Amino acid sequence: MKLKTTKELALMANTLRQDIIRMLVPAASGHTAGPLGMADIFSVLYFHEMNYDSKKPDWGERDRLMLSNGHICAALYASMARAGYFPLEELLTFRKLGSRLQGHPSREKLPGVENSSGPLGEGLAIACGMSLAGKMDGAKSRVYCLTSDGEHQEGSTWEAVMLANKYKLDNLVAICDRNYIQIDGNTEDVMPLADMAEKYRAFGWHAITIDGHDYAAIISALDEARKTKGRPTMIIANTIPGKGVSFMERDYKWHGKPPKEEEAKRALLELEAARQKIEEGKA
Amino acid sequence: MKMNQNMHLLDLHSPELKKSSTREAFGAALVELGGKDENVVALSSDVAGSVQMEGFGKKFPGRFFNVGVAEQNLAAVAAGLSYSGKIAFIGAFAMFSPGRNWEQIRTTICYAKANVKIEGSHVGLDVGEDGATHQALEDIAITRCLPNMRVVSPCDFEETKKAVYSAWKTPGPFYIRCTRNAVANFTTQETPFEVGKMNLLCEGSDIAIVAAGRTVFDSLMAAEELEKEGVSVAVANMHTISHPDGAALEALARKCGSIVTVEDHQIVGGLGSAVCETLAERYPARVRRVGMQMKFGESGKGQEVLKKYGLDKDGIVRAVREEIKKKNR
Repeated sequence: MKLKTTKELALMANTLRQDIIRMLVPAASGHTAGPLGMADIFSVLYFHEMNYDSKKPDWGERDRLMLSNGHICAALYASMARAGYFPLEELLTFRKLGSRLQGHPSREKLPGVENSSGPLGEGLAIACGMSLAGKMDGAKSRVYCLTSDGEHQEGSTWEAVMLANKYKLDNLVAICDRNYIQIDGNTEDVMPLADMAEKYRAFGWHAITIDGHDYAAIISALDEARKTKGRPTMIIANTIPGKGVSFMERDYKWHGKPPKEEEAKRALLELEAARQKIEEGKA
Repeated sequence: MKMNQNMHLLDLHSPELKKSSTREAFGAALVELGGKDENVVALSSDVAGSVQMEGFGKKFPGRFFNVGVAEQNLAAVAAGLSYSGKIAFIGAFAMFSPGRNWEQIRTTICYAKANVKIEGSHVGLDVGEDGATHQALEDIAITRCLPNMRVVSPCDFEETKKAVYSAWKTPGPFYIRCTRNAVANFTTQETPFEVGKMNLLCEGSDIAIVAAGRTVFDSLMAAEELEKEGVSVAVANMHTISHPDGAALEALARKCGSIVTVEDHQIVGGLGSAVCETLAERYPARVRRVGMQMKFGESGKGQEVLKKYGLDKDGIVRAVREEIKKKNR
């Protein structure tokens, strides 16, 4: 499925947001703000940008998506279900005993998940390993790595940042969910990250800063990354945590808790209203 | 001494007995495997020379990656390579890999059953001069508790090569423990090696020593000395510490009544613990653990430090004598 227009991508993102809310209620635990904030980027990656075959998750020439901040996996699972990796009903098993949809993604349990994640600061290193392998094999596939701003406080992230530069991993593009929140509060209060694009440039990367909810900007940044040779690209995506649900937006308290049934109802009403606007071309 | 002829060991006093560190064997095997299999890649964290990966790097520069002083990256980048079909060998000082990057090993390698083979070099008091900060004495404890991990502590050059070949052939994570300093190469190409199978090197009936790594040779020397005192000592090499050979251990305990474990590692969490756990469930017997008695080491020549903390031949002899006294009481 290749979605081309902004309207199609917005509708898909809206669908993903509704899926995320619906799966978090029965899960009764999990993370809400991050997945909602990244829904637009997931919509572009899974339904516009990446080459994959959901019926053949091991297809050798697929593009790889490494989710480093595994706690936002509700967005990953919703995207994978909509992409046809598994039936939609399975989303309701999220975080339940026996489910393939673990609280944090498991590469062993769910085909199509490239890396088990949750422990922060690891995904970029794994992505580097995959990019190196791709280079060795002369593969055409690209490696996408989604990271969070908070996990840039892990020193291990910077080990990978240096390595990607050393080996000129231009088949690697990382996207940082710059939403300025982490569990204990605002990133700039807990441990300031300041100008992340400048930091990446200092480490030899090509860095682009975008509005993570602007489909045209996301697509153009990914195109620019593909054209950038001899160095990896980092896309700093400024996002609004909880995007799409007014009472969740920009509130760090929604980082690590799910909506209760009543809250979910309100959230879904808002999202449905937004959907109507998109359909009518007013969004 | 009743040496087990099926083990095809060299004469322990032969002037032809060569000595080399087991990290050299790791490096030599890796170069051989690099020539046999294009999927073999190697990574080190700024200690390629020390862990003997330079040979591989020179011969296969396109398949060798130096990640800098960054052990966490070492593990996770190797995991990524393995997810794409490579067999990744990573080498560093054991103190830092698996010491520093344990969580990466757990999540990105063991949980994923990744085809990553970890060389932990410079283990135990054997490290010597560098002192306590560099003497890995807890590496077995933190690796053998990991699901899907095979932990092998080979006793000499030949056995290390066999362990590396097994790791290459067997899918999944391995941890292979290597020494900095030379140890006598007393096993041969004919000596059997099978992951999870204990080798009974010499037979005895009064007491049994179960050892691994560089202490196996000293255990044999200790057994020889004890033999002169009229004590019949069996010596077994339990190289695979993650998968204790329960049947063989039980047979030893039944025959000898009491076991002395010997390792260049803390007495908690290593070979001694593995033997105790196994026998407690199968056939409870007395076990005396010779190893580091929950202390940190210190600088000195490897042999001097081993001697000071009772991990040399004399220390093993003393422990066995004490154990025999207890047994006869």
